[in-house]
Amino acid sequence: MSGLSALFYKEMLRFWKVVVQTVVAPVVTALLYLLIFSQVLEEHVEVYPGVSYSAFLVPGLVMMSMLQNAFSNSSSSLIQSKMQGNIVFVLLPPLSYLEFFLAYLGAAVIRGLIVGLGVWAVTLWFAPWQAPHVGWLLAYALLACGIMGAIGIVAGIWAEKYDQLAAFQNFLILPLTFLSGVFYSIHSLPTFWQAVSHFNPVFYLIDGFRYAFVGHSDTDPWLGLLVAGACFVAISAVTLALLQRGYKLRH
Amino acid sequence: MSQVPAIRVDALRKRFRTTQALDGVSLEIAQGEFFGLLGPNGAGKTTLISILAGLTRADAGHAAVMGHDVVRDYRAARRALGVVPQELVYDPFFNVRETLRIQSGYFGLRHNDAWIDEIMHHLDLTPHADKNTQSLSGGMKRRLLVAQALVHKPPVIVLDEPTAGVDVDLRRSLWEFISRLNREGHTVLLTTHYLEEAEALCGRIAMLKSGRVVALDDTKSLLQLTNEHCAQLRLDGDAVPAVWQGRLQRGADGSWVFNFGEYAELENLLADLRGAGIRVTEMQLQEPDLEDVFTDIMKRA
Repeated sequence: MSGLSALFYKEMLRFWKVVVQTVVAPVVTALLYLLIFSQVLEEHVEVYPGVSYSAFLVPGLVMMSMLQNAFSNSSSSLIQSKMQGNIVFVLLPPLSYLEFFLAYLGAAVIRGLIVGLGVWAVTLWFAPWQAPHVGWLLAYALLACGIMGAIGIVAGIWAEKYDQLAAFQNFLILPLTFLSGVFYSIHSLPTFWQAVSHFNPVFYLIDGFRYAFVGHSDTDPWLGLLVAGACFVAISAVTLALLQRGYKLRH
Repeated sequence: MSQVPAIRVDALRKRFRTTQALDGVSLEIAQGEFFGLLGPNGAGKTTLISILAGLTRADAGHAAVMGHDVVRDYRAARRALGVVPQELVYDPFFNVRETLRIQSGYFGLRHNDAWIDEIMHHLDLTPHADKNTQSLSGGMKRRLLVAQALVHKPPVIVLDEPTAGVDVDLRRSLWEFISRLNREGHTVLLTTHYLEEAEALCGRIAMLKSGRVVALDDTKSLLQLTNEHCAQLRLDGDAVPAVWQGRLQRGADGSWVFNFGEYAELENLLADLRGAGIRVTEMQLQEPDLEDVFTDIMKRA
């Protein structure tokens, strides 16, 4: 399995070499969201009793940043390699499809966690410290990054051009993350949209992750864990099946 | 005991949508050979190499590298194979040394720096070791691709048109290096558009056309397939004996061109010229080259 560690190392080195773009930029973006939304809404919105809006928003922002960056790590690495043609460097060696999956997934998870940690760290200056429940926090963070890292692999392999990947990101990933309760509790939505939200797996990720911080959630965190776990297993199975077939990689 | 062939390809077929890229290709390349794979664009050369490398999956047939099936036993097959791809690809995130270290890692080789230094030295990459691959010239990128193909010391090396768009100096030093590897026992499979390169380097040659092998033989034997010789003569007179008038063509510069098969024909011509008192002031002989053979075979196939 040492080919796996080399590919994992390469993927880590890749995003670390452009750390301003891959880590610093998303942290700054999240900070801007926090400043703007908490400034405007702090006085007006109290989602859960006794929980300030900033305290409500921070876990959502951390989770959103992790989701987007885990996705973008595996997907952009793969599309770049395909466009450049240097994907052959990883197709020629004796790497199994499982090693391929684990390396890209691992790096995506690490990038997601680093960005999440960064967002959390900078928001501490602007939002009150709240000791999280570590178990829930880790479980949801890992599952979220894992799901998005795997979807990123699928998207990166499927897309043949940058604009196809951008479409995937703009019309699927962004709406799913924005419309899943980062900025609001779904209880503030009309009943119909509340029901719809329960079909969005990202809703459970954000809701459960927030539970780790504020101890309140819109739905049972165990149910969320079940949904997230099932999603991760399903998307991993699909990804592995595609990789095993050599879908769009080995013609 | 007979050795396992370096490459064995058996009844390979591959279809891409509307084109039959390979239409039942079989061939065997022994260990230590310098083997040429020639053919016009779209003949199936790159498809064949891609199947050997595991980049493409055959519809039917088998392929093996050093006796390892490229599908069932892909790990061993890929370890035995070093491929220099046709496209000038590189990963702009890394420098030369990182690229080679990472590539070694993919093959499970961790402490490979001594060998990496050696290949960089032989390919004149050492001064560029810390340069980002993006800043390398085309020739240097090509060398890096060769180095990447060699990090795991593969017994079989495949070069897919390695000299396309490469300057004369690099071409020469590249061939010196590859020939040395071949002398040291590496099997080399080469595809190229430069037929003089194939003629000079390859011991055996296969020619592909529309996914089929249309010729497969020693380079020497292939060259004998066409016995079209050509002599260019300058004579001190303005005419040739009447019997030869149909056979000799007058060039624009006043010289005579004589195409013949057997050398006996040339002897007869010279004897008749002497008999007629015509002196030969200059004579140049042209031997058939691979290009003639290639053109011939492609026309007939």
